[in-house]
Amino acid sequence: MSDLSHIRNFAIIAHIDHGKSTLADRLIQLCGGLDDREMKEQLLDSMDLERERGITIKAQTVRLLYTAKRDGKVYQLNLMDTPGHVDFAYEVSRSLAACEGSLLVVDASQGVEAQTLANVYQAIDANHEIIPVLNKVDLPAADVARVKTQIEDVIGLDTSESVGISAKTGLNVDQVLESIVTRLPPPTGDLNAKVQAMLVDSWYDSYLGVVILVRVRSGTLKKGMRMRMMQTGAVHPIDKVGVFTPKMLETDSLSAGEMGFIMAGIKSVADCSIGDTMTDDRNPTTEALPGFKPSIPVVWCGLFPVDTSDFELLRDSLAKLRLNDSSFEFQMETSAALGFGFRCGFLGLLHMEIIQERLEREFDLDLITTAPSVVYKMYMTDGTMMELHNPADMPDPVKIDRIEEPWVKATIMVPDEYLGQVLALCTERRGIQMDLTYAGARAMAVYKLPLNEIVFDFYDRLKSISRGYASFDYDMADYTESNLVRVSILVNNEPVDALAFIAHHSQAEFRGRQICARLKDLIPRHMFKVPIQAAIGGRVIARETIAALRKDVTAKCYGGDISRKKKLLEKQKEGKKKMRQFGRVEIPQTAFINALKMGDD
Amino acid sequence: MDNQDHRIKTIPQGDEGFGLYIHWPFCLSKCPYCDFNSHVVDTIDHGVWSQALIKDLETQSARLTGQGRILTSIFLGGGTPSLMAPNTVAALIDRAADLWPTAPDLEITLEANPGTVDRDRFRDFKLAGVNRLSLGIQSLDDRALQFLGRVHDAKAALAALDTARSLFDRFSFDLIYARPGQSLEDWEAELRQALTLGSDHLSVYQLTIEQGTRFFGAYCRGDFTLPDEDESADLFLLTRDILATAGLPAYEVSNHARPGQESRHNLIYWRGGDYLGVGPGAHGRLRVDADGFRATVAHRRPESWLKRVADTGTGLKEETHIPPRHRAQEMLMMGLRLAEGVSDTRMRRLTGLGLADIIDRDGLSMARSEGLIECEKGQLRATEAGIPTLNALTAALMII
Ligand SMILES: Nc1nc2c(ncn2[C@@H]2O[C@H](COP(=O)(O)OP(=O)(O)O)[C@@H](O)[C@H]2O)c(=O)[nH]1
Ligand SMILES: C[S@@+](CC[C@H](N)C(=O)[O-])C[C@H]1O[C@@H](n2cnc3c(N)ncnc32)[C@H](O)[C@@H]1O
Ligand code: SF4
Ligand SMILES: [Mg+2]
Repeated sequence: MSDLSHIRNFAIIAHIDHGKSTLADRLIQLCGGLDDREMKEQLLDSMDLERERGITIKAQTVRLLYTAKRDGKVYQLNLMDTPGHVDFAYEVSRSLAACEGSLLVVDASQGVEAQTLANVYQAIDANHEIIPVLNKVDLPAADVARVKTQIEDVIGLDTSESVGISAKTGLNVDQVLESIVTRLPPPTGDLNAKVQAMLVDSWYDSYLGVVILVRVRSGTLKKGMRMRMMQTGAVHPIDKVGVFTPKMLETDSLSAGEMGFIMAGIKSVADCSIGDTMTDDRNPTTEALPGFKPSIPVVWCGLFPVDTSDFELLRDSLAKLRLNDSSFEFQMETSAALGFGFRCGFLGLLHMEIIQERLEREFDLDLITTAPSVVYKMYMTDGTMMELHNPADMPDPVKIDRIEEPWVKATIMVPDEYLGQVLALCTERRGIQMDLTYAGARAMAVYKLPLNEIVFDFYDRLKSISRGYASFDYDMADYTESNLVRVSILVNNEPVDALAFIAHHSQAEFRGRQICARLKDLIPRHMFKVPIQAAIGGRVIARETIAALRKDVTAKCYGGDISRKKKLLEKQKEGKKKMRQFGRVEIPQTAFINALKMGDD
Repeated sequence: MDNQDHRIKTIPQGDEGFGLYIHWPFCLSKCPYCDFNSHVVDTIDHGVWSQALIKDLETQSARLTGQGRILTSIFLGGGTPSLMAPNTVAALIDRAADLWPTAPDLEITLEANPGTVDRDRFRDFKLAGVNRLSLGIQSLDDRALQFLGRVHDAKAALAALDTARSLFDRFSFDLIYARPGQSLEDWEAELRQALTLGSDHLSVYQLTIEQGTRFFGAYCRGDFTLPDEDESADLFLLTRDILATAGLPAYEVSNHARPGQESRHNLIYWRGGDYLGVGPGAHGRLRVDADGFRATVAHRRPESWLKRVADTGTGLKEETHIPPRHRAQEMLMMGLRLAEGVSDTRMRRLTGLGLADIIDRDGLSMARSEGLIECEKGQLRATEAGIPTLNALTAALMII
């Protein structure tokens, strides 16, 4: 067995905005990966969207060469920046599986947050050595001592060796590098054994085709080798092997303990099953590495082209996006109200928003989005079970024996003064308290909550009632039987299928009233009265009326104004294209999603 | 210039008439709500302007000869045409009367601002041929006049009305209402006072915030608020009610007259007749032949316009061909503003297309069943219920 002692594989984990990406950039800079000119802010957030939203969506990896102070030797450090949002928790767990240790970045002015905890638990599950790092000490509000205590109390990590750093100014970042070398273990693995490499991630690059991120466990992956994917049995000759520095740099091989990329003429990421084991087809191992549990879409919504003739374009665009993100699903859907579109499943709301935004931006599509729904399990009287992704497909209630809905386990961290409101919110959303503990002035509440209560706007509401101080993370828990009903919405006495929703019977009336009231504001006045009703079956549970338009007439209009006024009229007509016609009523596209937001704003 | 026009045979002119609009682009000060083409300058060379306006008139009219039009109205608008030298007005009227045969009841209107005219000037305008005055009174309340940035007060307004009344058989005045904080009671009192002032024609406009005006910025900043939709509707209905009862029903959205005293010139716009536009920023619509119409727009800035006239004989900036369908849509849009509505016969005569060709059937059936529109003897007209929401109604009716 050869020596892997000069390698360290580590992930950076943190609550969102605590400074992962900034720290990663500093580490790259210190190791000379890029010169200052090439150093763009937040180098690793490469997608436009990632840059704009300041979030990391995909895990990123970089190889750094670092000369340690303690022994003057050159170490190969493989760094992984991980996504910070709860929707992408599965990405975090994959990245962690490729490393032996983690840098836990905690904002010294904020302290431990919900995703700090969620990430730490994942790192512990992955048997990681964890180095806590206190970031943002340049901020006046930073309180290193307090946050250290909090980390020890809440997480139980030793912080005696932790230093306060500023990823922004670079203060003490060199010490972080040194502690990676001294405190994290090198990988283990046999260089001479049969090839065993883990497929950590893959993505589609329009120039390069599919790029696969790998972590080699044993043996050596070489250019030219016929590589076999153990799950699918597919064999591909490897065209290119290399590492990110962060620029792509080709190498001849990747050996046990190392991380890097390979390219093998694969057409679609769907052919690369994340967590699969790759081996040498000529000299294969029989032992597959433990895989990952597949990510399952938990939130579904309908996406419809505004312009019905864009249906094919939408189909192609979804297919293209899926080349790069196999975690969302789509299937054709028809709606009486909205025509042809797709029912799409996502990992969470942010994921949903990101896909929608990419469709609109990269493919120039105008979309109507229907309200997100979770997946219900319908146990029918005939003994069968069907999964319901779309309230419009709800079977006749007499044929349903019982319905189960998904629940999550949510962890919320919040300063004491907002705890009351947060607990009230959880109760209002049918939450069941499982734990409530305090660390300093912060409380940690653990709740079981039905997923359908949080998909619309729980996070927004939580942020607004806590003035942005609460943080939140959740894990899927289980399915539980529940008394659920479908509420249909009638506009001008016609049911609009895209507005139907499923709610707990105790909330149906309230929700129905809320939605009717919202629609009253969202649908512009017409030249006639428009009644809006919510109904369960044939029973009307809420009702509002949009009064007829009273005044809309140009005061002065003479000879010179004709062209201008005609243009205005044309615009008024044009504006109608942003509406959907239901009988005689026009509903703005945005109403479909806005109507179902539950907050009182 | 455009020789083709000379070959065109006589254009059948109907009761919609044929008018000449002359624009005078100067004012003493710029009102904060006004987006008309008006400018404030230190000095005006009246000789130069008189010649240039006549030149523009001659050049444009030369291209219409042989089409057999009869001039039914002249409108001197602005800006503040009461600032024109009376002999300029006289010269223009005389020239127009040389260029076209004139109707026996030729209407010649001049817009006048209180405070810019004394009795002598009014008389000179009358001698020049003006037979109808339109006065920009705007309000009879001093505080409102101040808010509207007017240079005159209520007293000056009443004095101007007295002078107008003593010299002209026909005069009209403008009022702006639905002002910030204006109550129904306040407006009713003001309107009732207006009714005592002896005019057979009144233009009453709800204050509109136009882009590019001082009020636009102020309104966006929230310096003042306007009546909301319900208040504005109530004010509108009250106005129609009071004026109709007083014998001045609305013949157009904002224009009221004793029957027979309507502005013949403005009716041309609303009925879809031809008009020639002379002066900076003026627009024109002229039927060319069965294939369409010509829309003209002149340069707006006074200096640019003057230079164009000097260089080319006319200040026109743009001439576009308007196909019959497009003109028919304009006729629908403008005609629905009239109490009499749009005439199918006239539309057919002028454009070759009928209402049925340009109207959205679904929109029509909706509007009918809601009682917003009615069709009788070939006239399509918005009902009392339809007028207040005419923009939405027109959008629903029009196929674009
Ligand atoms: N003042 C200060 N700001 C920092 C520091 N590190 C990161 N930030 C800022 O915190 C925000 C979030 O940083 P980012 O690296 O994107 O966080 P991530 O979401 O964990 O990747 C950015 O605006 C950074 O500029 C620091 O040490 N000091
Ligand atoms: C050509 S303009 C001005 C005529 C003349 N210069 C005057 O101000 O008295 C004709 C009328 O349109 C009305 N008007 C102009 N701008 C307006 C606005 N923004 N809102 C409502 N009415 C307006 C005024 O009543 C004005 O008298
Ligand atoms: S409202 Fe009349 S006076 Fe005032 S700027 Fe406009 S045109 Fe001139
Ligand atoms: Mg980041």
